[in-house]
Amino acid sequence: MSAVEYEPVIGLEIHVQLSTRTKMFCGCEVAFGEAPNTHTCPTCLALPGALPVVNERAVQFGVMIGLAFEGEIAERSVFHRKNYFYPDSPKAYQISQYDIPLCRGGRLGEVRIHRVHLEEDAAKLNHLGESGRIHGADRSWVDFNRCGTPLVEIVTEPDLRSPEQAREWLGVLRETLRQTGVSDVNMEEGSLRCDANVSVRPRGSSTLGTKTELKNMNSFRFLERGIRAEIRRQVELLALGESVVQETLHYDPASDTLTSLRSKEEAHDYRYFPEPDLVPLLVTEEILTRARAALPAELPVERAQRFERELGLTASRARELAFRAELADYFERALSAAPSNGDLDAVELANWIPQLVERIGEADPAQSRVTPESLASLAAMVKSKAVSRDAARTVLSRLVEEGGAPQEIVDREGLGALSADEDGLGEVVDRAIAADPDAAEQVRAGNMRAIGPLVGYVMRETKGRADGGEVTRLIRERLGGA
Amino acid sequence: MSELLDLTAAAAAAAVRAGEIDSGELFETYRARAAASDINAFTWLADGPPAASNLRDTPLGGVPVAVKDLFCTEGVPSQAGSRILEGYRPPYTATVVAKLGAAGAPLLGKTNQDEFAMGSSNENSAFGPVLNPWDRARVPGGSSGGSAAAVAAGLAPWAIGTDTGGSIRQPAALCGVVGMKPTYGACSRYGMIAFASSLDQAGPLTRDVTDAALLLRHMVGRDRRDSTSLEFPEDIALPRAENLRGIRIGVPEELTGAEGGVETGVRERFEATLTLAQELGAAVEACRLPHAPHALSAYYLIAPAEASANLARYDGVRYGLRVAGDAGLLAMYERTRAAGFGPEVKRRIMLGTYALSSGYYEAYYGAAQKVRTKIAEDFRTVFESFDLIATPTSPWTAFELGAKTADPLAMYLNDFCTVPMPLAGIPAISIPCGLADGLPVGFQLAGPAFSETRLLDAAHALELAIGFDAGPARRSDAGGRDGR
Repeated sequence: MSAVEYEPVIGLEIHVQLSTRTKMFCGCEVAFGEAPNTHTCPTCLALPGALPVVNERAVQFGVMIGLAFEGEIAERSVFHRKNYFYPDSPKAYQISQYDIPLCRGGRLGEVRIHRVHLEEDAAKLNHLGESGRIHGADRSWVDFNRCGTPLVEIVTEPDLRSPEQAREWLGVLRETLRQTGVSDVNMEEGSLRCDANVSVRPRGSSTLGTKTELKNMNSFRFLERGIRAEIRRQVELLALGESVVQETLHYDPASDTLTSLRSKEEAHDYRYFPEPDLVPLLVTEEILTRARAALPAELPVERAQRFERELGLTASRARELAFRAELADYFERALSAAPSNGDLDAVELANWIPQLVERIGEADPAQSRVTPESLASLAAMVKSKAVSRDAARTVLSRLVEEGGAPQEIVDREGLGALSADEDGLGEVVDRAIAADPDAAEQVRAGNMRAIGPLVGYVMRETKGRADGGEVTRLIRERLGGA
Repeated sequence: MSELLDLTAAAAAAAVRAGEIDSGELFETYRARAAASDINAFTWLADGPPAASNLRDTPLGGVPVAVKDLFCTEGVPSQAGSRILEGYRPPYTATVVAKLGAAGAPLLGKTNQDEFAMGSSNENSAFGPVLNPWDRARVPGGSSGGSAAAVAAGLAPWAIGTDTGGSIRQPAALCGVVGMKPTYGACSRYGMIAFASSLDQAGPLTRDVTDAALLLRHMVGRDRRDSTSLEFPEDIALPRAENLRGIRIGVPEELTGAEGGVETGVRERFEATLTLAQELGAAVEACRLPHAPHALSAYYLIAPAEASANLARYDGVRYGLRVAGDAGLLAMYERTRAAGFGPEVKRRIMLGTYALSSGYYEAYYGAAQKVRTKIAEDFRTVFESFDLIATPTSPWTAFELGAKTADPLAMYLNDFCTVPMPLAGIPAISIPCGLADGLPVGFQLAGPAFSETRLLDAAHALELAIGFDAGPARRSDAGGRDGR
């Protein structure tokens, strides 16, 4: 069997609960974790005669999301009824958008956005009994508190190429939404839900393979694992000469397996038609203005791009900072507090932020004893080799514990970098060579890996104050080697 | 007591406000008549007006109103004529009913209707047919048959109903009362149990045009709970016109020719009324509504399509009838709906579901919407040359119970002349224009959106000239006969 190499093609459909005070089509408060059916009214219970009214704040949030993707906001969009019978849907239709959504196009990072539309969430079902599902349940309870919670559905183009990329991009999306303030975006609590459309094709092919839709991946980890399992399943089928069937699959994280919910033939006919209880949704200039004003001046993706382009940070470091606004804010404050000697290097400074975060836990560094100014000084001292990297870590630990200025700590604890001439670093190097003749011999013979123990000796002896590069240079000077 | 009964609602309201009659006595007079009646117009009657209310100082003076069953009224059975809502008492009141209550028209009772407003004879009610007070062997029309019959029989001073394809105007015609369907959006639909959301409108059924204007004045207005409701552009004035000078009335050939199958007696009364209109100064001319003959087909796709979704909520889960069992969820849905809905409702749910199905949508629902647009354009064109148009309200007078139940298509033809207006969202009024073989005939006037004041004025002038006597129906009722 010739080994065809397959390329996964992945698109995501993401549902996001909006953090509005009230529901999508009625005045009931959006509430979580309260006694069942305490936040309901004739509209969200679908009592006879009750009518929906669009939540203007939800529209604004939807527009903000569209603007964040630089998509095209529809001046006039239309709500439709999506008909299906199920106890979580009291009207037996969901009010959603269909052929004229609120927003089309745009992109977030490397992924193009297909569309963004507004809709309402279903009620929550609790099934009592062994099965945990409606079939075979002894009893099922419906809690309508969640029913009618505003949702946006975000559909991407199939631009993702691996499970890892899908997971990472979803993280980018989550942070973008979090920073725009439109949602809690908590996957565990269900305010962010993600389905995936997955297909595979021979690498190099430009046509799309048959896709399947994956549901129930309720964490970032399960999203990645579910997609991986599905890619594996599809590749195995194709390798056996079989074909992928278009269907909807349920991912079971416990067994890491996928089971079919329904095939294309069993797909629902939702009988969409324009919702006659609502007039078309007009996005006025006023709503647009308000949405623009409510967006952060710079979205995380833009900030990361700026860090990369203008400051020379690596892509991953740039995202690491930009996608936690408090880190990026701290970083930029430190950057602007750069000492006047001009030695501060943005890349060097950026590398110190994760180390600071590691020492203070998940907290906001601005709440720590380490001021942006002192972190900037420390990074500048490292860059100018006034302190060694090891010593600087010690200084950072002191700063976290007691605050103060790095220079004072260096002076007080004698942590300044040692130089070969003034501080007898050469002598320490000589002692290291004498103490480990085997290693010295190997270095002489050209095995540069053996230099490690010698450098380690020197660092121990100098309590980390020596500069690693300088020590290596001195050892080589004495032993020759390659 | 009979003096009270002879007062129109507007006159009764004025008398209450002037201190000449007592609103409590008025309420009790009608309540007692309604309770004693044998025409099955009511499904529920109030015990009395709300306690501790000073109705004398209100605009409507405590003159009680009969309300079609499908208006939700808090704590009061609101069943839309259906078994599936048997015993259902809503926790809230429809906006229109609340507005009337606030204006001083307390709820007298809930009136019988065709199930979910689907019907033209009131024979589709789960609570039995209403009998026409002019002839108890005949239907009152529908779907607001209970409201029309109650007003005609003097069981209520006035009533409200809903009109989707003719459900106010047609029973008004068959019972010899005034019925008006306002501009779509003029009255809030909040709390009206929906049949077809893009067509349903509440409106008055009254003894005369002045009563209709007075009641409508207190029904209209933008409601923030109904996104499709609109601010009425003016106060609805009480009609004063006594002539039709300067009014151009168009008579659409398509709705008055042979196609509609208008009965001879109805045609005669219609033409006599047109002659009267000319005598009052109106210019009466033929006009064209080229797409109007397709209105019925479009209506019987759009209305069932919307109904198929509107009625999907009656699933036995939260309220109303539930026929459960141990066969699971799907069986509960099926059994509940099989037992709860009558045959006409089931027929329309099936029709509507089919019209919206994948692969058929464009051919049926989509095509019907295009026809609807054409019909609205036809009216716009006609109203460039005419102020109002006139047609018979119904092709027939009241027919015998059971005469058309076996033939749904024949039944649907009732709506031939009334369906184009709701498709275009425009207002129309039906007034009695005489008798044919002892049965009332309805004359319909329609005008552009929000032309209610002009419509009411014209109807008022005609009404004065016609001088229709509704006395026989009022005196026919058991409540009247035994004097209880």
